[in-house]
Amino acid sequence: MSKRQVYYSNFWEEVAEEDNPFATKEAYCHGYNVYEDILQKATWFEYLYVMFKGEKPTPAQAKLFEKLAIALANPGPREASVRAAMNGGVGGSTHAASLIAALAVGAGQYGGAQELSICLSLWEKNGLAFDKWAKSLLSPNEDYQEDIWLPIEHAPGFDPNGIRFTSVNSNILKALSDLSSENSALVWLSLNRQRFESVVGYPLSVSGIAAAAFYDLGFDEKSASFLYLVLRLPGAAAHAIEQQGMGWKKFPFFAENIVLKNDPGFKGVPEIKGLSI
Amino acid sequence: MNLERLKELEVCWETEMGKAFLCERAVMRGKDIHHELSSLDWFRVNLFSITGREFTDEQLRLLNFFWVATSYPDPSIWPNHVASLAGTVRTTVSLAMIAGMAISEASIYGRKPERKALDFFYRAQAKIEKGESLEEILQTELDERGVIYGYGRPLAKIDERIPHTIRLVEELGFDHGKHYQLALAIFRYLKKNKGLSMNIAAINTALIADIGLSTEEYQQWATPCFVTGMTPCYIEARDKPEGAFFPVRCSSITYDGRSRRKW
Repeated sequence: MSKRQVYYSNFWEEVAEEDNPFATKEAYCHGYNVYEDILQKATWFEYLYVMFKGEKPTPAQAKLFEKLAIALANPGPREASVRAAMNGGVGGSTHAASLIAALAVGAGQYGGAQELSICLSLWEKNGLAFDKWAKSLLSPNEDYQEDIWLPIEHAPGFDPNGIRFTSVNSNILKALSDLSSENSALVWLSLNRQRFESVVGYPLSVSGIAAAAFYDLGFDEKSASFLYLVLRLPGAAAHAIEQQGMGWKKFPFFAENIVLKNDPGFKGVPEIKGLSI
Repeated sequence: MNLERLKELEVCWETEMGKAFLCERAVMRGKDIHHELSSLDWFRVNLFSITGREFTDEQLRLLNFFWVATSYPDPSIWPNHVASLAGTVRTTVSLAMIAGMAISEASIYGRKPERKALDFFYRAQAKIEKGESLEEILQTELDERGVIYGYGRPLAKIDERIPHTIRLVEELGFDHGKHYQLALAIFRYLKKNKGLSMNIAAINTALIADIGLSTEEYQQWATPCFVTGMTPCYIEARDKPEGAFFPVRCSSITYDGRSRRKW
């Protein structure tokens, strides 16, 4: 008989039913009984915070976390990860496929989770030091080595295609800053936003705001990146469902907008006897 | 991009990669797919789609071998394990394959270290051609990056893929390639001086460098390479009873965290 393999966990513990070692009688998350204590007493965001951080959030942290989640929940149907999910929805792909499409596209470096991850690294490296931040933003690939991720092409946390700080992002930054203390990253970012935008040449983006919020909540780049991916999925799902119901005739098909620059021309189609339309 | 450029791009995507003229024809990189590419095998067309270049029969045989030689249908291998889990819970075939393929872009195996190894061979060979010694190159690499990708496992049994690969390399005449020779020279140096071994990533990526794929081209080509090992794992788990793939009992989660407490 081969040995039984085991997993190791520092935050999750399970106790089996007496009559079935494969059925869970009790589960504990960082020591809290999940299906008695947490289920009865915690909010969804208190539970999420405990799961990732190991300790209960303060009321202020729980509120900031939930408001951040509202801000991220639906980037809208113009955003690339949601568009990806809608392409799954309209064709009747599996629900998981639509979410996988949203995750894959939403993982990127232009507005996606990898950009957020870079921002978290910069918060950890630069803290509230403006000059250090300015240097990092102007040379974000200073320490770049060959990787599956290509060098980032813009200042992380800012939108190279933006004209000015948008009203939506202004509302998000204000709402989150209003929940934060004076020495928080969010408040500091609010106070220095225009200086940063002068240095970079384009406006702060939602990924930059979200990174500051995750930093204030104490999440590291791994946790923040995972949570950013997860928290943006509800909108992707809702839009995928909507497009499936809307039907393909109302969905863009860009054939006429694609211009081939090296067309070899029509070379004919074989004529098959008996096959005609 | 400025606002004017964004407005232009709203309605126009210029391409030299291709287009489907539905009900008429399709073009890939300037070639009519049905007239000019359809007699080629899929592997050759795939490489053409990635690079726009043509490859010799010998190169294609070697590249094809890389894929075959890594198609291990063993569910202990992590991408395969995911495919088996997908089968045991009866998810769909495509979801199973995409999950396994996605996790193959890993840090401790698969695409990331392979890509770094390929980059290393290109940089190291360039330094050799500028007159640097092997010892200097390896020491700089260790000082700056702390690792030489493709090497470093404590000397143990040799990776079984390496002798098979070397035999084919010699048969096909790739054994004089400068990056391949460099890979072997590094192996001899590290074995003698540090007691380290070489893994298949070193041999394969050195040969890839001799063929001339860039790191990006390499990753695009290699991404699906585990699929042939994953599929049988999915099939077998799917054909056995639901949940039969290595069930985990509660006590097999070994906990070492906070003691129990009240909310």
